[in-house]
Amino acid sequence: MVKIKSALKSFAREICRNKILFLMILPALIYFIIFAYIPMPGAYVAFVDYHLNKGIFRSEFVGLKNFEFLTKTGELWRITKNTFLYNSVFILLGNLVQVFMAIMISEIACRWFKKLSQSVILLPYFISMVIVGFFAYNIFNYNNGFLNSLLVSLGFEKHDFYADQEIWKYIIVFFKIWSSTGYGMIIYLAVITGIDEEIYEAAALDGALRFQRILYITLPMLKSTVILLILFGLGGILKGNFDLFYNLIGNNSVLYSQTDIIDTFVFRSLVGSFNFSQGAAVGFYQSIFGLVLILTVNAIVKKIEPDNALF
Amino acid sequence: MKTSNMLFANRKDRALLAVFYLLIAVFALLCLFPFLLMITSSFMEEKEILSEGYKLIPKKISFSAYEFLFKNSANLLDAYRVTITITVVGTFLGLFFMSMAGYVLCRKDFKYRNQISFFIYFTTLFSGGLIPSYILMVKGLHLQDNIWSMILPGIMSPWSIFLMRNFMKSIPDSLYESATIDGAGDFRIYWQIFLPLAKPSLATIGLFLGLAYWNEWYNGMLYMQTPTKFPLQYFLQRIVSQANVQLLIQKGATVNTAELPSESIKMATALVAIGPIILAYPFAQKYFVSGLTIGAVKG
Repeated sequence: MVKIKSALKSFAREICRNKILFLMILPALIYFIIFAYIPMPGAYVAFVDYHLNKGIFRSEFVGLKNFEFLTKTGELWRITKNTFLYNSVFILLGNLVQVFMAIMISEIACRWFKKLSQSVILLPYFISMVIVGFFAYNIFNYNNGFLNSLLVSLGFEKHDFYADQEIWKYIIVFFKIWSSTGYGMIIYLAVITGIDEEIYEAAALDGALRFQRILYITLPMLKSTVILLILFGLGGILKGNFDLFYNLIGNNSVLYSQTDIIDTFVFRSLVGSFNFSQGAAVGFYQSIFGLVLILTVNAIVKKIEPDNALF
Repeated sequence: MKTSNMLFANRKDRALLAVFYLLIAVFALLCLFPFLLMITSSFMEEKEILSEGYKLIPKKISFSAYEFLFKNSANLLDAYRVTITITVVGTFLGLFFMSMAGYVLCRKDFKYRNQISFFIYFTTLFSGGLIPSYILMVKGLHLQDNIWSMILPGIMSPWSIFLMRNFMKSIPDSLYESATIDGAGDFRIYWQIFLPLAKPSLATIGLFLGLAYWNEWYNGMLYMQTPTKFPLQYFLQRIVSQANVQLLIQKGATVNTAELPSESIKMATALVAIGPIILAYPFAQKYFVSGLTIGAVKG
């Protein structure tokens, strides 16, 4: 009791002493309280039969019924699997492409080519996924899409891409790589630029070929950054790319079996079927597993590279 | 013997370099391709699109899509106005609040800086999810159909606050100390000393914020109801998802919808929305790259 009192006292004294500083950080505190902390207990909506008029805490408590329904229909498994697989490909293939592009660009001596290609490859990162949806329409739509006009001019039959379940996973992966390569490439390029020039010079004197220098100097030097970025990527493996999936697939339910991820499912339960509780159940499951994953990843990082751990 | 070996090595090295040039060029072209196709598609004649599809090299060039956009610009301009408003207001408020927070958190004499940092950081680990946030926005804050529903959710981010804090940490303490001796208050030190020195990080974070607001459509889709208050990207999204360019036409305007060059209009509208990003790109790229390399490599 005495302890709490003295703690409060010192807190009050601190506030008085640094009034202005407290006032200056107040907007940030209020923001995170309202937009991050207040919705947290709202995750409780996953355990009730939510009625709009009754509100979250006066709706009837139903325990795990919302989750039960999801596991019974197999929906939860399907969207988890899709989210997991897509993100694995995004992370592994994405980092692979980024590392290779970074290494290749770092070897280029021609200034204008280096600069220009870097600018061009980064450009897609600045474009919203809504526009990517336009690109997809431009290229793949049945009546007058670019690919179909190409197929026809080459003497093939038109292909209805928007009804083809198999092809969209490749299109989605393509646009993800398309939009994110520039971003990751710059991070890796920064690491490569930081490597001591003398190491390369010594290797060149010893007669090392270009691919040997890459294999035995650049790649080993990049290893820890690659592992780190992949690990942190894995920490967010249940978080979806709603923008990407929604703008490419939208409400085309023919494609759901291959392209439905956790985030699009939650969104539809909010906007389409108004089943708030079920959507929240999935959201809650995503948050909890996300937390466990990131804590695990952080523990691993702390073991192998304590300096880079998040906390 | 040795010279022939070196010649051989040289040739091998050059061949590999040529492969690199080629691969980079192919990838860069792949990055550019959708833009190029969109540009040529927007200049195509409607007849040609309908009979032969979108093409990279059209037979005939037509400006009818842009003519239509110019004549029916009211709805598009509304969307532009909304997007510019949220971008300007959101970016400035976000920069102001986050730089203040970063400044307070970098002050070593501020006792609770570590606790508050963790309080902010924790929000990246766990969140209530979309549904509770939606209920809060609609039922708690009554922000439905209010332009603030598109500004507030993205105005601050832990990552940007920490980037700001880390940048300000590199400003020498002596500056702060001498200003205190001269009798400057905490806010004045922030405003007159720290803020000008933190310009590079302000530019980087401002760029991230501005880009996110310019590309904002998600909150618009969730919370906005009046079509004239839709942001540009959501306006576009509806055109492509409903395959309907008539959203562009103002109520009461007389347009013969049967003769609309719809397919080229779609692409022209998207290009009109990308335009400002392309114009700002050289400037943006510079700060983006420098920001990415301070922020990402060393957390």
